[in-house]
Amino acid sequence: MTHDTDSVIRTDDLEVTYTGNREITALNGVGVDFAENRLTAIIGPSGCGKSTLLKSLNRLHEIQPNAEITGDVYLEDEPVYDTDEPLPEIRRRVGYVPQKPTPLPVSIYNNVAYGPKIHGDHSREELDEIVETQLRKVNLWDEVKDRLDAPGAELSTGQIQRLCLARSLAAEPDVLLCDEVTSALDPISAEQVEETLADLKEEYTIIMVTHSMEQAKRLADDVIFLYLGDVVETNDARSFFENPQNERTREFVKGHTAVEYDDGEDDVSEGDGSADEVNGDDADGSRSTEETESIPAER
Amino acid sequence: MAPTTDNGRNAETNRPDRLGRRLVIERLSSYWILGAGLFAIALFGLIVLTLVQQSIPIVSEHSLLEMLTSTNWDPAQEEFGFMPAIVGTIYVTVLSMAMGTPIAILAAIYIAEYAEGRMKVIVSSFIDVLAAIPSVIFGLVGLIVVVPFVGDYLAPALGTHSIGLGIVTVSLVMAIIVTPFMISLSVESLEALPDELREASLGVGATKWETIRSVLLRAAGPGIFSAILLGFGRVFGATIVPAMLIGGQTAIPESPFDAGETLPSLIVNDFGELMSIPLTQSALILVGLLLLVIVWLFNFGAMLIRRRLQRRWQY
Amino acid sequence: MNRYTEQRIFAFLARASAALILAVLAIVVGVTIYRGGRVFLTDPAVVITPPGSRYMLDGGGGFLHAVLGSLFIVVPATIVAMILSLSTAVYLQSDYSSERTSDVINMFLNVLWGTPPIVYGVFVLTIIIAVGAQTSLIFGVIAIAIFQYPIMTRYADEALRSAPDAVKEASYGLGATRFETAKVTIRAALPGVIAGIIMGFARGIGDAATVLFTAGRSTQMPGGPFDPATTLPILIFEQAASFNAEVRSHAYAASFVLIVAVLALIVASKLLAGRYARFTPGGRQ
Repeated sequence: MTHDTDSVIRTDDLEVTYTGNREITALNGVGVDFAENRLTAIIGPSGCGKSTLLKSLNRLHEIQPNAEITGDVYLEDEPVYDTDEPLPEIRRRVGYVPQKPTPLPVSIYNNVAYGPKIHGDHSREELDEIVETQLRKVNLWDEVKDRLDAPGAELSTGQIQRLCLARSLAAEPDVLLCDEVTSALDPISAEQVEETLADLKEEYTIIMVTHSMEQAKRLADDVIFLYLGDVVETNDARSFFENPQNERTREFVKGHTAVEYDDGEDDVSEGDGSADEVNGDDADGSRSTEETESIPAER
Repeated sequence: MAPTTDNGRNAETNRPDRLGRRLVIERLSSYWILGAGLFAIALFGLIVLTLVQQSIPIVSEHSLLEMLTSTNWDPAQEEFGFMPAIVGTIYVTVLSMAMGTPIAILAAIYIAEYAEGRMKVIVSSFIDVLAAIPSVIFGLVGLIVVVPFVGDYLAPALGTHSIGLGIVTVSLVMAIIVTPFMISLSVESLEALPDELREASLGVGATKWETIRSVLLRAAGPGIFSAILLGFGRVFGATIVPAMLIGGQTAIPESPFDAGETLPSLIVNDFGELMSIPLTQSALILVGLLLLVIVWLFNFGAMLIRRRLQRRWQY
Repeated sequence: MNRYTEQRIFAFLARASAALILAVLAIVVGVTIYRGGRVFLTDPAVVITPPGSRYMLDGGGGFLHAVLGSLFIVVPATIVAMILSLSTAVYLQSDYSSERTSDVINMFLNVLWGTPPIVYGVFVLTIIIAVGAQTSLIFGVIAIAIFQYPIMTRYADEALRSAPDAVKEASYGLGATRFETAKVTIRAALPGVIAGIIMGFARGIGDAATVLFTAGRSTQMPGGPFDPATTLPILIFEQAASFNAEVRSHAYAASFVLIVAVLALIVASKLLAGRYARFTPGGRQ
């Protein structure tokens, strides 16, 4: 990529295949760099492997059975797959915010304190401070400071999504993965979350998947265009939208300038996972340093 | 049988007639179905009324409080103290739930979160099979296997003595009976959770176990709680296994290795004398009524707690 | 404790618990089949031989009386419970009842569902005493039917609820009445309904507490609906601790017959449910 900052995380010939009833190659030898303290948007049509790319950065796709990976991801030049570092530590450094606003079944306070409590011993005062700082970062503090003990699920969906951001930030990640974090929100909440992301990109390396071309234009510093498991084009946002190099990119960008691309569907590759045969066990066992992280996909 | 909406060949000629008949059937069937709906309430009411009415003779002769607290059960002398059976019931319920619950939850976690593919199918269908085996067969296997095990190995190993029949034996067998039942309900609740919860927790760097402990077990908490309480009710009302294995001793047990009696086994073991002493019959029916009332209170309490948990642990 | 050690320990405990339960299942089924199967295979005729005149003392003859008693009690009881529980389940659907009434009825059904079977036994026995009858086959049928009713209603209700709304809408759209629509809905929910009936049958054939005081504990061939009868679970219960080895061995053989029957019923319910799944739009697999 053409910019002057260093890359924090990069993929090297990453290939992900789902071997279920049908075999689906979700990523086809992808090699991309993500730059520090910039917001990179991954765009592309549904089912082109956007979410797979995102989740493979912190190995979260491994909770689906039957996912096979070759190649590797490098986090500050340390391998993510071929490593002895415990998986949870990798996932702390590369945080993930799910598409659907998902509060943990605990209070607002403990949602934010969840990561810090897991990763270190903090006094109550330190935790109080972390919670306040993180909630302020996502512009949620003023709205919830009087009811920190209420269940997280009692907030509105927009507030919940900002709570999820705060929860991820509290674990002090180097990189933040955002999976279409505004797609389940109403327009006003979506705007608030976008504003929060715009603030955060000053301090964090953010990688987000989005269906909305407009959103990518508004927020992204860099753009990666993914098509059927291949990277078609990567560039900084301005060049990408104003002067696309590739024919397919040009069509895609043009096709979406008039009408906002608004498609709530999940990527095909994640949805398909009916687990009949198991072979994830071996593949995982050789890779992970802890218990296999596989969970059948039928939910 | 009832007419259907299929277009019979002569539908044109007798349509008004046919419609009339259909409406009559609709009317009659709706009475029947309303009746069936009310049957559930009627049955419950009838059971309670009958048991109450038949318990009146004993309650009018002995005070209820006295019977509940007295330790002397001797129908021939008109002594009706339920305390030994109450203590036995509590003993058995607490012991078997203490053994069964942790194992049930762990096994449910294994099936829902660790097992995959064929292994998962095999384990969960075996659990279904275990849940469907009649309790009288567990009683028989208990006599063949558990009684000698407790009498000859377990009790001596713990420096005590047991004839094999007794509270520990019943608790072991009841734990086996109730575990698969709790497992299938807990697995259902765990599997109903959305994957996003797992991703959200793993995504901030929690281990799989931390995710299970602090997120999944809470989110599935109301369901698992119900499973445990239903298990409780099962052990509490179990009849055949205690009757076969507890040794029939109406004294307060001094140790869990003693023989004893539970409320349901009291009914089974003493109903033989029923015809000779009318008051015994009334006393045993009162025991049945007690069982019903306690189960009812349990259900009601469970509903309230479940609602609270659902609010507290919503996601 | 290190969090990764903790994780490994609990993963191991989870596996170990599942393994323990499978081991227990293997022991229970194994002992039943080994001890019971041995008796049964040496002399399969015990199942079809009527009991001798001093059966409880010397175990002469066989236990055909209990096999027939089980069938004569549980088959009619299942039919009665099936009709009642299906009707109740239909009533619980929104076509016939408001949400409030169905909530209330569900509450009572839950209480009935959790009621210990011995309470049903005592209840029917009090009825027997009240009407001045004697314990007999017909009261065994009533007791088992009452016991099965809440179980089967729950299965049927769940099955009907999971039937797609489109079926109902299509049926009403053709001008069908509520009753006609209910029949179509039942057909769409047939796999679940049938599985529920079979599970109810399996629970009924295995229960002893309800029939212990109502069917009569007879040691003779069942004569008619108003004569005392016995069932396999009662026979096992009565003879399992007998001092006569021959009498005891019959309990083992009976438990073998019972466990094989119950296992066969479970398999049948799974197979039938799969077979009838084609009536369910969208086919539940």
